[in-house]
Amino acid sequence: MRNAFNNELYDIAASNPDVLLLTSDIGFQVFDRFRDDFYGRFINMGVAESNMIGVAAGLALSGKLPVVYTIIPFLTMRAYEQIRVDVCIQNLPVKIVGVGGGLAYGTLGPTHHSIEDVAILRALPNMTVVVPCDPLESRKATRAAFEHHGPIYVRLGKNGEPPLYENDYEFQIGRAVTLRYGTDATIIVAGPVTKLALEASVRLDQVGISVRVLNMHTIKPIDQDAIRQAARDTGAIVTVEEHSVIGGLGSAVAEVLAEVPAGVPFRRLGINDSFCYGVGSQDYHFQQQGITVEAINSTLLHLLDD
Amino acid sequence: MNTELEPKRDVDWLARKATEMRISILTMVCRAGGGHIGGAFSIIDVMTALYFRVLTHDPKDPLWPERDRLLFSKGHGCLALYTVLAETNYFTKDKLKGFCVDGGTLAGHPERHFIPGVEVTAGSLGHGLSLGVGMALAHKIDSRSSRHVFAVLSDGECNEGSVWEAVMSASQFKLDGLTAIIDSNKYESLGRVSEIMNIEPLAEKLRSFGWAVCEIDGHDMSQIVDALERVPVESGKPTAIVAHTVKGKGVSFMENVPMWHYRAPNEQEADTAFSELEAALDQ
Repeated sequence: MRNAFNNELYDIAASNPDVLLLTSDIGFQVFDRFRDDFYGRFINMGVAESNMIGVAAGLALSGKLPVVYTIIPFLTMRAYEQIRVDVCIQNLPVKIVGVGGGLAYGTLGPTHHSIEDVAILRALPNMTVVVPCDPLESRKATRAAFEHHGPIYVRLGKNGEPPLYENDYEFQIGRAVTLRYGTDATIIVAGPVTKLALEASVRLDQVGISVRVLNMHTIKPIDQDAIRQAARDTGAIVTVEEHSVIGGLGSAVAEVLAEVPAGVPFRRLGINDSFCYGVGSQDYHFQQQGITVEAINSTLLHLLDD
Repeated sequence: MNTELEPKRDVDWLARKATEMRISILTMVCRAGGGHIGGAFSIIDVMTALYFRVLTHDPKDPLWPERDRLLFSKGHGCLALYTVLAETNYFTKDKLKGFCVDGGTLAGHPERHFIPGVEVTAGSLGHGLSLGVGMALAHKIDSRSSRHVFAVLSDGECNEGSVWEAVMSASQFKLDGLTAIIDSNKYESLGRVSEIMNIEPLAEKLRSFGWAVCEIDGHDMSQIVDALERVPVESGKPTAIVAHTVKGKGVSFMENVPMWHYRAPNEQEADTAFSELEAALDQ
């Protein structure tokens, strides 16, 4: 996803000299081509995220189109108040692109996990929150971020995520994509864990349960129509996210469902209000946290039995 | 080039104007029943010099691309900003009556979307200098050296770590198109900066961070104008002007008294304050 973002950004920057890339000293060799081909437009801000956001806002106030890029907790939490005041209150076109969504930096430990970023960023007025699921969607989200006028947060995984989209498709901020059609239940999912949801839906199909998979790549503004439609069409809904169950995709969907006239059976799968302390890879932590194909299946089956 | 910019005023005219600004600030505070008067009085001389003499700007066209930028980072002192903006006709003086009243026009901290001439939203300390670094960097990228960025900070604001991140980056990027003016009135909200969270030796710190630094008496109009018109002091370095000021300057019983960080005078105090300022005008 990181390389997909990087390549798309390169293409955008090639045709727009106002595009700048700011990082807080991460991405060894990743941005060399950008730095070498667009002289002076790659700006290493040092290990100082708060200042980086403020500087980006100042650049935006001077007509530039800055992208700020670093590891998510430092980008969004260390500098949260700068994002709030400098970017959101002033409603500026700063593109906040975070790497290491969820547990992507598994072995680096809880300082590097990002499990609260969606919750805090979607709480900010004027902010748009996009969580792409694969390399193609990362490219499309990057492109869309530049067509968007206000503050936007794009949450990337790391690198090497498998492609989940087989064909080109229309990406529109705020419009969910139906990856699989189904009538018995719906899995609403965002980010690379979409892979798990798709696998779960295939297995459920084999036992005669038809599951819709909605890729909710935009957490804010959330596609309320798609959620209501799923509630009407399929009844049961499960959300899957690489994030705390507090405040992320599951919460956003719950907020919509709570206002639907007739309640629907609903469960959230994600990180259950805990830091992921143990040492291990992203997959290891998924197992520990119960973010697995098996867990999705059993959750859905229980929901349908109730 | 705009041809109808404000005429450049002389030092005596500016000094008198600053006293008029203090009267305007006091009037607003009395009407609103509160306001950060102490820090507005400490910076008003510098603000008067900036807007009536130093800045290249056009109140009729607040977003004129060729303007200098004034970032008022010590947002709580915005009474000083509002009065100079009104007096230089960014908006009518009538608008000053809307300071901190229900449905009013001017909030207790400046917001850029709603007030012509306000470059950046401020109120949370430690933000303005980073924004200024961004603007000066944009000017540098575009090779537009004629435009200068001024950021006005308070000394208490220098408690914020983000200020020092910004300070580091400005010298790293050799932003001689940026000047920070620190309103060193020696007091923060609850007392003396030196006793709460000491920032001294401020000038020495800034020099060691790669800035060109000058220190002035922030109430001596000649020194203010000389310093502001000399920037950048050194090519390739951002400039810091440490303005030694007095919190509450101009009204004897407000000077260096922490209570006047935020307060409205009662009727008797107001009478005394107006008399002192009017007497200063007559001198």
